[in-house]
Amino acid sequence: MKEIRYIWAINEAIKEEMERDDKVVLIGEDVGTPGGSFGASRGLYDLFGPERIFDTPISEAAITGLAAGAAACGLRPIVEIMFMDFMTICMDGIVNQIAKMRYMFGSQFKVPVVIRTPSGGGLNAGPQHSQSLEAWFAHVPGLKVVMPATPYDVKGLLKSAIRDDNPIVFIEHKALHALKGSIPEKEYRVPIGKADIKKEGTDVTVVAVSKMVHESLKASEILAQDGINIEVIDLLTISPWDRETIFGSVAKTHRLVIAHEAVKNFGVGAEISAAVSEEILDELDAPIMRVGAPFVPIPFSLEKAYLPNADQIVAAVKKTMERTF
Amino acid sequence: MRKPGKKKLIQIYKKMVTIRKVEEKLMEVFSTGEIPGFIHVCIGQEATPVAVCSWLKDSDYMSTTHRGHGHALAKGIDLNLFMAELFGKSAGYCRGRSGSMHIADPKTGILGANGIVGGGIPIATGAAFASQYKKSGQVTVCFFGEGATNEGTFHESLNIASIRKLPIVYVCENNGWAEFTPQKTHMPIKKVADRARAYDMPGAVVPNDILKIYEKAGEAVERARKGQGPTLLEIKSTRWHGHFVGDAQKYRLEKEVAAAKKKDCIADFEKKLLKDKTLRKAEIKKIADMVNQRIEGAVDFARKSPLPDQSELMDDLYV
Ligand SMILES: Cc1ncc(C[n+]2csc(CCOP(=O)(O)OP(=O)(O)O)c2C)c(N)n1
Repeated sequence: MKEIRYIWAINEAIKEEMERDDKVVLIGEDVGTPGGSFGASRGLYDLFGPERIFDTPISEAAITGLAAGAAACGLRPIVEIMFMDFMTICMDGIVNQIAKMRYMFGSQFKVPVVIRTPSGGGLNAGPQHSQSLEAWFAHVPGLKVVMPATPYDVKGLLKSAIRDDNPIVFIEHKALHALKGSIPEKEYRVPIGKADIKKEGTDVTVVAVSKMVHESLKASEILAQDGINIEVIDLLTISPWDRETIFGSVAKTHRLVIAHEAVKNFGVGAEISAAVSEEILDELDAPIMRVGAPFVPIPFSLEKAYLPNADQIVAAVKKTMERTF
Repeated sequence: MRKPGKKKLIQIYKKMVTIRKVEEKLMEVFSTGEIPGFIHVCIGQEATPVAVCSWLKDSDYMSTTHRGHGHALAKGIDLNLFMAELFGKSAGYCRGRSGSMHIADPKTGILGANGIVGGGIPIATGAAFASQYKKSGQVTVCFFGEGATNEGTFHESLNIASIRKLPIVYVCENNGWAEFTPQKTHMPIKKVADRARAYDMPGAVVPNDILKIYEKAGEAVERARKGQGPTLLEIKSTRWHGHFVGDAQKYRLEKEVAAAKKKDCIADFEKKLLKDKTLRKAEIKKIADMVNQRIEGAVDFARKSPLPDQSELMDDLYV
């Protein structure tokens, strides 16, 4: 095992996959000699040159559409969109084109595009540089949406994403870029579509997305002092999400909290909550609680008050412990 | 085109010095961690905002970018409220919700800085459409960098503005860099102004010289005001510092940065003003002192202003 930062784990995954398969290309703004705005492609230009490390103008709409065309014609593009907020400019390419090309054209095409983008708050970057928009993409049939929270998972999942023949929206968390963690020296992959139990527990299932995994682990320590033992599940893949693991855990704990940084309204938590209610309502001993951001844009200076945190998870867990049907 | 008189020249000079010193102060304060988030300064580019905004009234509109402090100050934003916003304080223009990157003030026609490159261009075009519709005689100025002209919004907006002969001036400040990447990596052309031809509007390249920009901007604003349609101006300016404060610009050669810093639009103007005796050394010093004092006052105001209260978080999302 070795220690590595989240951002370097991304870099390693791209490098290894580019070495393995010469169809893999990286496309994005400042990804060339500057090595990416957050450093994810540092050193790659020197290794792979300008043909494979395609440093583009500031033209998000065009590069997304271009990736669709290139993928349909045999390449395996990784597109870097510098901030998730700028994904809004790529929406036609992603939603109307990439997501639909296979199905709409009678399953004749494969569109193996990975769109990597950092989401999330924590840097006081304000309303247009801090959003978590995963639910938008999870709402679109044809896309897979992945959201890893540790160096181990980000590397393993990115490698799986690059090898997957389907289009994948790969959402990093920019406040986790500097996070250190251990990963194997040897090649490994983490499967798409599988959640990971980060901490086993018996009292309440907490399904967490991205950075909320770390907040949930913090919450778990706080709750342990009160004798409450939560199970923390890292969802990892938002779509298609791992029903089996989550239903299994709920069947064990009979209580469920879902935590994500995105606004609570119409979020991933709503989908999971609805599915649990539809499928295994009789397993629940208490109403499901959701932790998410309030329904306003992310303010510049009140960011801390805005972002969901461990305390809110603790409160939600306690509430499910108090409330019963 | 009218040449600026002595009073105007001094006013222009003061504004340029104010912008430079505000940016220098911000760099200093930012590095202590007092200002959250990130900021982009426009040192080296002060001539453009001042020259262009000299032709505008408060009621005229202006849209700007992430590198927008100079434009906002030139358009007439209040320094104290501006500073308070950058500090994220409740007294700020946007109640601490915007910070540097989204500052707006409708009273002085500032439609907003923008965190989205190219995001402001159609918005400014829409403002021009509204004033044409209302026959209000207002002009809109839209500032952006050369990097933004690779966004679809730039091309789509210029096309529309030209079709409808909208009262707008598009001002591209070409500082040669988009973040960490030089212009030549991203554009097959050297002159952004050449892009005007595709939309059948006048395009002009102007050096980073306050009086030349003043003259060209005057023509473009007049053209817009008379209902003759849009113009694209490209100012060949220079970016002295990193993309954001804290960016050590390792991707630039030292000698290129040194050359950029040699092209100092303020020092050039100062020399000229001294030479033709518009200003004397002592007066220049006095201006500097006065500007410094105002800035200290603004920083003090921002420091003393409280942070927004948590209870405001959900306020006024809808009308
Ligand atoms: C849509 C979008 N894409 C990318 C970015 C990231 N970004 C911020 S500033 C910038 C460079 C802008 O260059 P230019 O327009 O020349 O303006 P300058 O910074 O030189 O003033 C980039 C790529 C962004 N904020 N918005």
